[in-house]
Amino acid sequence: MKQRNLYQDLSNRLGKLSNLPKMKDDGKSIASLLEEHGVSRRDFMKWAASMTALLALPASFSPLIAKAAELTDRLPVIWLHMAECTGCSESLLRTDAPTIDSLIFDYISLEYHETLMAAAGWQAEQTLEESIKKYKGRYVLMVEGGIPSGKSNFYLTVGPKGQTGESHAKEAADNALAIFAIGTCSSFGGIQAAAPNPTNAQPLYKVTKKPVINVPGCPPSEKNIVGNILQYILFGTLPALDAYNRPKWAYGKRIHDQCERRAHFDAGEFIQEFGDEGAKKGYCLYKVGCKGPYTFNNCPRVRFNQHTSWPVQVGHGCIGCSEPDFWDKMGPFEAPLSDRLYHTVFGGLGADATADKIGETILTVTALGIAAHAAISIIKKPKE
Amino acid sequence: MSKRIVVDPITRIEGHLRIEVIVDDNNIVQEAYSSSTLWRGIETILKGRDPRDAGFFTQRICGVCTYSHYRAGIIAVEDALGINPPLNAKLVRSLMNMALYLHDHPVHFYHLHGLDWVDVVSALSADPHKAADEAFKYSSNPIACGADSLVETLKRVGDFVKKGNLGPFANAYWGHKTYRFTPEQNLIALSHYLKALEMQRIAAQMMAVLGGKQPHPQSLTVGGVTCIMDLQDPSRLGEFLTKFKEMADFVNRAYYPDLVMAAKAYASEPSVNAGLGTANLITSKEFLVNGNEYLFDGGVILNGDISKVFDIDEAKITEEATHSWYADDEALHPYNGKTNPKYTGFKDEETLNGKGKMENTKVIKENEKYSWVKSPRYNGKPMQVGPLANIVINYAKGNKRVTKVVDQFLKDAGLPLKAVFSTLGRTAARMIEAKIVADNGLEAFNSLIQNLKVDDSTYTSYQIDKNKEYKGRFLGNAPRGILGHWVKIKNGVIENYQAVVPSTWNAGPKDAKGVRGPYEESLVGLKIADLSQPLEIIRVVHSFDPCIACAVHMMDTKGNELSQYKVDLSCFY
Repeated sequence: MKQRNLYQDLSNRLGKLSNLPKMKDDGKSIASLLEEHGVSRRDFMKWAASMTALLALPASFSPLIAKAAELTDRLPVIWLHMAECTGCSESLLRTDAPTIDSLIFDYISLEYHETLMAAAGWQAEQTLEESIKKYKGRYVLMVEGGIPSGKSNFYLTVGPKGQTGESHAKEAADNALAIFAIGTCSSFGGIQAAAPNPTNAQPLYKVTKKPVINVPGCPPSEKNIVGNILQYILFGTLPALDAYNRPKWAYGKRIHDQCERRAHFDAGEFIQEFGDEGAKKGYCLYKVGCKGPYTFNNCPRVRFNQHTSWPVQVGHGCIGCSEPDFWDKMGPFEAPLSDRLYHTVFGGLGADATADKIGETILTVTALGIAAHAAISIIKKPKE
Repeated sequence: MSKRIVVDPITRIEGHLRIEVIVDDNNIVQEAYSSSTLWRGIETILKGRDPRDAGFFTQRICGVCTYSHYRAGIIAVEDALGINPPLNAKLVRSLMNMALYLHDHPVHFYHLHGLDWVDVVSALSADPHKAADEAFKYSSNPIACGADSLVETLKRVGDFVKKGNLGPFANAYWGHKTYRFTPEQNLIALSHYLKALEMQRIAAQMMAVLGGKQPHPQSLTVGGVTCIMDLQDPSRLGEFLTKFKEMADFVNRAYYPDLVMAAKAYASEPSVNAGLGTANLITSKEFLVNGNEYLFDGGVILNGDISKVFDIDEAKITEEATHSWYADDEALHPYNGKTNPKYTGFKDEETLNGKGKMENTKVIKENEKYSWVKSPRYNGKPMQVGPLANIVINYAKGNKRVTKVVDQFLKDAGLPLKAVFSTLGRTAARMIEAKIVADNGLEAFNSLIQNLKVDDSTYTSYQIDKNKEYKGRFLGNAPRGILGHWVKIKNGVIENYQAVVPSTWNAGPKDAKGVRGPYEESLVGLKIADLSQPLEIIRVVHSFDPCIACAVHMMDTKGNELSQYKVDLSCFY
């Protein structure tokens, strides 16, 4: 019954969206666009079904998802680059064969994206100004990168007027319909915000008062980016978020609980050192530093590059890249947290000491619990 | 009267770059300034951290050449600790670097640089049947250029333009008089632009088979590689092989012919047939293909004299900050470099805006500091790095893999050897480099297969002695040119870290003697047809494939000299 109501709500909302004037008045729907690109209705529905599953909605919602995608052409998108490495933009370029995700992205009308746009200099700046004005309150803002802020905002300037990145981000956020922080830098500050944060780089939510949906990952998979656009169109509000404003559908589960090597953890079968016999057998990576137990993301299910692989599959532990401050909290990346002997941030204290002296309690207790299991399971391991 | 033109942001690059030029009454560039407007500070952040983590941090310098700094960070630490990884690991790393080149070079040409050569709007008036015939002039087996696919491309782009909202293609310089392709040639290139969007996914998958993901692969570790299960799996190796061959096919059937087409069409266009700029070149050996052989050799050429190739003397590499926003100006070797950020900002001045009118602008203080990029020098001289340097140096050394392709290309394009020393040459050399990797790279794959039959080791064990001091470095090539990382390890943690990156060499500002950096030098003498639409500037700068996040990094290497952000190292131990 409850599900029925939700379905009804979504239908109503989509109905309202349908009645909004279209941004491009060419009378074309995304369906005809898909057809032009050789994507059949059937392929599109299949894709919609897989996105439905990914969004953790019941299968009966597929038709709604498809409808939502068809409505995306009402949404202009502005993508800003702050202090970043362009890895998130690159991730977006890896959209799925048969090119359907990139198509969707094209169709939401990418107004400003410095890596892809043809215009430069004055003409680029003009595009940004005009887009913000023309689509005021109607565009989706996506921001990649941390933002040098406050007295340090001069560490990034953009455009012929030498405006700071911070002021660009603020203005674009103030006039946006919805705001997504794409990647860990924009969500949590990222690598440039790692201690001692020399440029005072801040996450997007610190420079705007408006709500920001965080889509962390270094970089996030293209599925997580596209899924979030759909999430917004469907619900018209912020999606269900966790404590770090991450959509629960993507970041609701621990890597460790979804991991293909989990059985080896439970059986106490660990790689002791890279390249050993355990590594050849695909044993658990915990003892060589896997941070899967402390990391929430859908990498084991969705993987990267059209499901080609993910770090654990190529024999390396998770480094916790979608968690806040992971650069400072998850290192060293190739040793268990409980073995940490030195660390920049907390002045070389071991994790055990950290719990007492700094109060990073929860993380550490978890670390110790997991470590205890890793140690005990070896002792308890039944003889073969 | 001279006029100043500001181009900021330079788009279709990685990172944040501003170019300013001063033109005379004939619109000829008299002086040029290259300024990066972002600073991130990654090397400072590295200090005091676990050396095993260095590669993961340095990897985030750049998400485009996403693998280059990862490998460099890992190998610099291995060099410091005296670790020799097994051959399997070395060959896997070489193959992953090839996967990067086969991704990066085509993406640069088609998606970043392409719109400087291809007029999208002009393509709309092409006759697809004529274009299909035209494609056979440059290749005996063209790809994505049959009349059927060209009709499709035409329709797709035509419908897009008809919408009146060009999205990412809006506000560009369509119809600019320096575009030289015929409508049919534009259509061919446009069809390849779309095809390349598809192909780059395959190249990225190739990296992900051995690296877990792309951008930011995660299968390298100090001591070796972790992807042993994939190496033991013939179906995974087969995936890599197939994707490699698909990319090699694209390079030979689209990228190569398109450059022949561009070389012919643009041979007499002055904005691209000159502009070599800095004629001192440097490159590293790269792409291990078996136990001891590399595809490319390293070396140095001075003043464009290809009769003499010198060996690299690493001690001659220095960086200085006379015109960079750092306090210490002196030229220092990377092991001893220092940096204290000192931002001095812009000044107000009227410049010509995008509509041809004077408008108040923030401009650089050209006599003071004006960029976050430092000025690297080799024996006190600026050096141009990148595919052009690599190809020219290897040609001069008589590297047969290189001379064969270069001679063939020049013959196909009808150009003399000296034509390589130009903006067009920089763009063509990038393709030539990709083709040499595509045609020869599988030697490394075959060596790996042979070795796996008798040896399944992928990792060398090591210990870090906390009581010892270590220092080491990496020197190799990334897609944009020679890359160096220098590391010092003390008390078991990173004491100093320094990277001298290809785009630092190329994008750096003037030095203490006022000698221009390569971007700047290549722009001087350039004639600009329409000052409000400086496409020529963008074309020249794009030919270097700027990667500014790479160029701008934290230069400090001496622990305590960062007074503003001083880190008290004593509390770490």
